[in-house]
Amino acid sequence: MTAVAEVNVYSAGQLSRRSSWFILLGGLVVSFVAFLLLMLAESTSGEPAEFNIVGAVLVGVLLYGVVLYVTSRLVEGRRPAMNRLVTTLVTLAFVIALLPLISLVFTVVVNGSARFDWAFLTETMRNVLGQGGGAAHALVGTLIVTLAATLISVPIGLLTSIYLVEYGRGRLAQAITFFVDVMTGIPSIVAGLFAFSLFAMLFGPGTRMGFAGAIALSVLMIPVVVRSSEEMLRLVPNELREAAYALGVPKWLAILKVVLPTSIAGIMTGITLAIARVIGETAPLLVAAGFTHNMNWNAFSDFMQTLPVFVYNSYVAQGTDAQAYLDRAWAGALTLILIVMLLNVIARLIARYFAPKNGR
Amino acid sequence: MTTTAGPAVKAPTKPISKQRVGDRVFSGSTLAAGSLILAVLAAVAAFLLIQGMPGIVADPETTSILRGQSFWEYVWPLVFGTLWAATIALVMAIPLAIGIALFISHYAPRALATVLGYIIDLLAAVPSVVFGLWGANVLAPASRTAYAWLEQHLGWIPLFAGPASGTGRSILTAGIVLAVMVLPIITAICREVFLQTPVLHEEAALALGATRWEMIRMSVLPFARAGIVSGAMLGLGRALGETMAVAMVLSASGVVTFNLISSNNPSTIAANIALSFPEAYGINVNVLIATGLILFAITLVVNSLARYIVNRRKEFSGAN
Amino acid sequence: MNLKRIGSVAAVALAGALVLSSCAAETPGTTDPVDSGTPGLSGTLVGVGASAQGSAQEAWIAGFQTANEDVNINYSPDGSGAGRDAFRGGGAQFAGTDRAFNDAEIAEDAFGTCVPGTDIIELPAYISPIAIAFNLDGITSLNMSADTIASIFTGAITNWNDPAIAADNAGVTLPDLAIEPIYRADDSGTSENFTDYLASAAPSVWTYEPDGEWPIQVGTAAPQTSGVADALNGNVGTFGYLDASRAGSLGTVAVKVGNDFVPFSPEAAAAIVDASPFAEGRTEFDFAVDIDRDTAESGVYPVVLISYIVACVEYQNKSVVDLVKGYLSYVISEEGQTAAAANAGSAPISADFRAKAEAAIAAIK
Repeated sequence: MTAVAEVNVYSAGQLSRRSSWFILLGGLVVSFVAFLLLMLAESTSGEPAEFNIVGAVLVGVLLYGVVLYVTSRLVEGRRPAMNRLVTTLVTLAFVIALLPLISLVFTVVVNGSARFDWAFLTETMRNVLGQGGGAAHALVGTLIVTLAATLISVPIGLLTSIYLVEYGRGRLAQAITFFVDVMTGIPSIVAGLFAFSLFAMLFGPGTRMGFAGAIALSVLMIPVVVRSSEEMLRLVPNELREAAYALGVPKWLAILKVVLPTSIAGIMTGITLAIARVIGETAPLLVAAGFTHNMNWNAFSDFMQTLPVFVYNSYVAQGTDAQAYLDRAWAGALTLILIVMLLNVIARLIARYFAPKNGR
Repeated sequence: MTTTAGPAVKAPTKPISKQRVGDRVFSGSTLAAGSLILAVLAAVAAFLLIQGMPGIVADPETTSILRGQSFWEYVWPLVFGTLWAATIALVMAIPLAIGIALFISHYAPRALATVLGYIIDLLAAVPSVVFGLWGANVLAPASRTAYAWLEQHLGWIPLFAGPASGTGRSILTAGIVLAVMVLPIITAICREVFLQTPVLHEEAALALGATRWEMIRMSVLPFARAGIVSGAMLGLGRALGETMAVAMVLSASGVVTFNLISSNNPSTIAANIALSFPEAYGINVNVLIATGLILFAITLVVNSLARYIVNRRKEFSGAN
Repeated sequence: MNLKRIGSVAAVALAGALVLSSCAAETPGTTDPVDSGTPGLSGTLVGVGASAQGSAQEAWIAGFQTANEDVNINYSPDGSGAGRDAFRGGGAQFAGTDRAFNDAEIAEDAFGTCVPGTDIIELPAYISPIAIAFNLDGITSLNMSADTIASIFTGAITNWNDPAIAADNAGVTLPDLAIEPIYRADDSGTSENFTDYLASAAPSVWTYEPDGEWPIQVGTAAPQTSGVADALNGNVGTFGYLDASRAGSLGTVAVKVGNDFVPFSPEAAAAIVDASPFAEGRTEFDFAVDIDRDTAESGVYPVVLISYIVACVEYQNKSVVDLVKGYLSYVISEEGQTAAAANAGSAPISADFRAKAEAAIAAIK
């Protein structure tokens, strides 16, 4: 990039803002016409062909990218052309990624709203067959188990990341960094089996309770917390730390009052991400926390129902009135997403409250 | 001061060089937390080893799940499937995630970007069961025609050799579902890191006449490289270990093939555990846990490799 | 609460908490043994086992808990293998399983829940027909012999207009369409019972051992009954087997038995169980059934799944005995079986067997 561009930037013409839109439109029109002709050609030679809208849009956009690049290359020069190409690609990546995500959310909201009502949030499945009932027991279970897992994971994870960034030197820090990565690869069901065996060893065979589920989730959650908050802590500029030390602030206070607040937004994102990662886990909770249709407020005794298990089982074990079970499954999924949405808002509020006032 | 001067220079002001109680407690607790993680991991590893060993040495004749194969013959297609599915997912997800993150951090208008970031974060919360349902009932039927087309027109590439699946439940579908699942994770990390790029760097690049892309290439991406790798590793972890979604979408039959679109696919370790565990009893349980041990080992190897390849994180770290 | 509806969430939550914790307060574990004969049962009973009988257990639990407000029954549908292991390990007071314990397992006598050296009870309480279903436009029923069914699953018959199918279905216009067989991806009792049927009714075509895991790779694998149902419903030309209660609007196969073609029905499924002998060499209350799949008797439907409930004759923990007795009595009662039939589409057990089961339950101590 250090080489001087051949085209004089000052004299070269620039594409107007509108021209890219015209090119997009033109590309789409050409592609749609081409596909229409293709369709007509195919339908005359035999069975009626369908108009391939996905293909038409795809080709149209492709055409747009190429034409825009070539035009810009001719008018504006190599570097701006590259810039336009990348802009197109980045936007395209975004749109492509959004398609399945929108399809997914749409599916959940449409199917979930059928049973997402007051009864769903306040009633349990005790003695309910077929229609009616609700997921209050699962909602309570999920909140308790996830809260317990968060209370275990966040302090451990955050302290560890502070150790890695601020204190850790040498072999131990390297080992921790490495093994945290390994920990992210523990399959969720193995974490569940681990917790199940641990509790069977401590409290007798077949002990399943909400807390065992929380332990299983912690095993999955800790590495995500460490990994994401470590990354955020590393991004805090050294100048801030040094300025604090220069003022005579002890290191631990500098970390608490300067480093953490500076990176709090990122850390909160990481923690929300970690909660989101585990709140939807099914397999470990079924193994470690059990399955019940009854309300249980005590995380330290008896089976506890959780939302993902509720959703999974409603889907898997549909009774003869299958639609009622499916409706509850989707409503449960919708509830889970809403919980995380709420958590996200809370996390952002916390982040805003603690963050330095004129930080980004 | 302490960090830059080092212990060799004795500053006249004593309080700075003195170890405070607060410091000692704080650094001690961070050390304890780090060690606790190692302990937990050691416990998980010990659990896997103790429970898995009988499975590895199990007699193929008497262990019903092995069907007369040795343990290694049993686990090999699963290992292949796990790596293959994760590769497909990451190949799709990483460029997309970087694109999305860049779009949110540097292209979209600020107000829109906040909303978009929020939506993407939410998607990390969709339970894997729902991804499974969506993959099996929305994506798979939709991709059936595409697979038939691929087989017809690109069948000479071994990847699309077919015969195309009659239900769309192929490993490519599973890979797409996995990619969608890991997207929010990688995107969220990348976005945060991109946003942390020092504004001075960006403005300096722009002031020198760089286009937006050149600014991103010269100041944002180098700064964020370590973060991108971290995000990708987290995504890889999820892709390797994902259980329910793969189990619900993939039509698995224990073959080893690179074919992307047929209905005979290798299963993945985690999905196989989920599918076989409910009916497993006695020594079969140990065999399944042993496959979990193998997955653990795979993660270890993959992580070492990644770390070996990208061993430059300190260069870009804001901290010491 | 009517006065301030807005913002009453906290109040509702609090009230809910109070009501529910007062409920919970009465049910912490199984501390107080109740004298036998008194109707006021209380406590928690834990069962683990097959997901196949999950819907039936749901019906039984709802019925029993409605009659006994202070009782909590938790049935965790982890799977048969998990249920048997939990029962052996002492982690469950009763188990649900799609196959009876085999002789070797019983000989080991390692039932952690029971007093060592005592017998176990195995009740075939859940009998359900397995439907062989397909998705073809405009066709709701087809006749097939066991050989034809097996040939489709082995991949020997690949098109719907195959002469072997047409021969048994005069008057039905079969489309020229590839058959996509759908099989269970997971290890399951349904697969085990179905392969058992194929192996005994079509031994010349189906040369594989009965197995919970589908032995060959022809067609598409889908997990759980729901996965198979989705795959069948979503794709025209598919052919698979699944729990009959989930066949819904799919076309189903009438299976050739003797010289007749028998469509599935709970009655025909119950008939095969009545026509089959109990397994030999079992203890007094171990009612493992040896299903006679290759029967030629008229009006029976041989493709059935039997799921057992396993309990101890003598419990180590005496405090659960009354609960187990009460619950199992309800399960095999006419009321219980009718409830399961309504919620899970199962076949009610015969009166003859009910008498035997009652004797077994009475012996629990």
